[in-house]
Amino acid sequence: MIEFITSLVPADIAAHAPALLIGVPLILAPLAAMMPNGRLAWLISIFATGFSLVMAIVMLAQVRSVEGGAVISYAMGGWLPDAGIEFRIDALNSMILLLVTTIGFLATIFGWPSIKAEIREAKRAMFMSAYLVCFLGLCGVAATGDAFNLFVFLEISSISTYVLVALGATRDRRALPASANYLMMGTIGASFFVVGVGFLYAATGTLNMAELAERLQDAQNNKAVLAGYAFILVGLGLKAAMFPLHQWLPNAYAYSPSFVTMFLAATATKVALYALVRFLFTVFGLEFSFEGSTLVWILMPMGIAAMVACSFQAVFQTDVRRTLAYSSVAQVGYMLLGISIGTAAGVSAGLFHLVNHAVIKGALFMALAGVVLTYKGTTLNDFRGLGRSAPWTMTAFAIAAVSLIGVPLTAGFQSKVALGTALFENGWWWGVAVVMFSSLLAVIYMGRILEAVFFRAPINPNKKRKEAPLLILIPLWILALANIWIGVQGGFVAGLADDAAASLFIGGAR
Amino acid sequence: MNGDHHVILRVVAKALIPIISVFGFFVHFHGEYSPGGGFQAGVILAVAIILYSLIFGIAPCMRAITPGFARTVAAFGLFLYAAVGFWALAMGGNFLYYDALFREAPGGHLGQHVGIIVIELGVLAAVAGSMVAIYYAFAGRVSEIRDEDW
Repeated sequence: MIEFITSLVPADIAAHAPALLIGVPLILAPLAAMMPNGRLAWLISIFATGFSLVMAIVMLAQVRSVEGGAVISYAMGGWLPDAGIEFRIDALNSMILLLVTTIGFLATIFGWPSIKAEIREAKRAMFMSAYLVCFLGLCGVAATGDAFNLFVFLEISSISTYVLVALGATRDRRALPASANYLMMGTIGASFFVVGVGFLYAATGTLNMAELAERLQDAQNNKAVLAGYAFILVGLGLKAAMFPLHQWLPNAYAYSPSFVTMFLAATATKVALYALVRFLFTVFGLEFSFEGSTLVWILMPMGIAAMVACSFQAVFQTDVRRTLAYSSVAQVGYMLLGISIGTAAGVSAGLFHLVNHAVIKGALFMALAGVVLTYKGTTLNDFRGLGRSAPWTMTAFAIAAVSLIGVPLTAGFQSKVALGTALFENGWWWGVAVVMFSSLLAVIYMGRILEAVFFRAPINPNKKRKEAPLLILIPLWILALANIWIGVQGGFVAGLADDAAASLFIGGAR
Repeated sequence: MNGDHHVILRVVAKALIPIISVFGFFVHFHGEYSPGGGFQAGVILAVAIILYSLIFGIAPCMRAITPGFARTVAAFGLFLYAAVGFWALAMGGNFLYYDALFREAPGGHLGQHVGIIVIELGVLAAVAGSMVAIYYAFAGRVSEIRDEDW
């Protein structure tokens, strides 16, 4: 399939794939904003995200064409690194780019019925434009090899995200404070990040990540570098919703338009986590003096705290969207735990779970959008009996739910096994116990929802339109089946994660 | 007292607004040689429009430059920026590689000149358009809670 798509793309276009991945949404976003109606803007968005998806596939094929993973370097504006901005695609980036563009493409297709119901006609074209800008920002964060450029793309995606979240106000006024809160926290995170990059620049005189990695070897105990490290860790931790810094997330997810929730849950925190991994392992590297203790004393405890505390919080929510939002923070904990092991297997498990969680939460929030569309409410009560009135939507929801819990033959199971294996190999057997315990909590909070869905009587059995429309059902089922596919034949995604982790540890990105 | 307290303001603003606008363009086109460029020029141009609306009221200002027009200008700026990137791509260079714009022989600088000016024009339009649109969004906001309801 990858070979087939790659063979369709002309060589001229393939050579500029990193630029086109960002460039096509960049030029189509203003066009979408100028469209007279939302439907045209939506069609443009489908084209833009689809084109980016093809470019991501092409780059993945290019990276995998060489044993051990090639590195694509693209000089923006013809300025060679490290003076100019470099787009640098290796095994890790290409995996994240594939994830973001796939989710973005499916989200755009599924989004229309939900947008039509939740966004006013006058705002739809602008809404799609803001979405495209957010999408290209996330792709840019994943593609760039320049630390400051990463900050710029992070801000591009974040600022458009604040707008997207605030537009949930048509449905629920609480979207406005949620968005303002997110704006403040997100801006603090971005400022911390850029302060950290500033320190690194002061100490090394370069912003190119590969070059930074080399020069930092000689600046191990420089106080500015240590301060920069701390700032970057906190800044990106805030963006990635690392445990005590996650307060913005539940409200932002709960009150934004359903379409936005689905897209953000599956991509935004994932990309920030990617940036964190990139800085921890490529730029600073394991030899860096602070790093070992950071992993063991900060990332690991915070990961575990998230897994336990936020799973508990998820159990006590009455709004399904908030349950899933808290569960998202808990799942970020799994990824952090995997990364904190600090071995190739551990990072690979963390990245594997990152992809799986995107697929799981994407499916869950898509199903939720379908429910919002037909039944308006998202509290646990509104979900009663939906298994009978909307079997197609809810079966897909259930598949993703058991995958979140980690039942065998689903994606969640595969990545939890990988995580457990990595923990055992490192001698952290108690970590496996925590994973089991947290999964048990997931059984409770997802079980509550599934129980209401399948074993209660419907609250409004006479409703005419019960299922979500086909435009939602098709992407939803693609994601649900992807869960099973990864669960049964995890080889492809696990292989991507392994390659990505290997490229970090043998210095493939240098 | 004939009721118009703002006659001095009006007269001064009327004299200043054209000068501010011209200065905005000066900052833009002289940005190659001195501090300045599209961003600063865009801010200055937007300031001219905002000053007009402060002195003469927002309604006439919105009639002259409609909110939709301001948004379109902002979007067009981004479009212009991206279009230069694609122009360079079409000419066989990397994204935004100005030297490729006219396929010049080495040593030619026309591409660099044209490229940076057009890019900065895009920035100018984007900044001026967004500034005015943001100002309109704040200034033109209708209070959702009426005064009697407090």
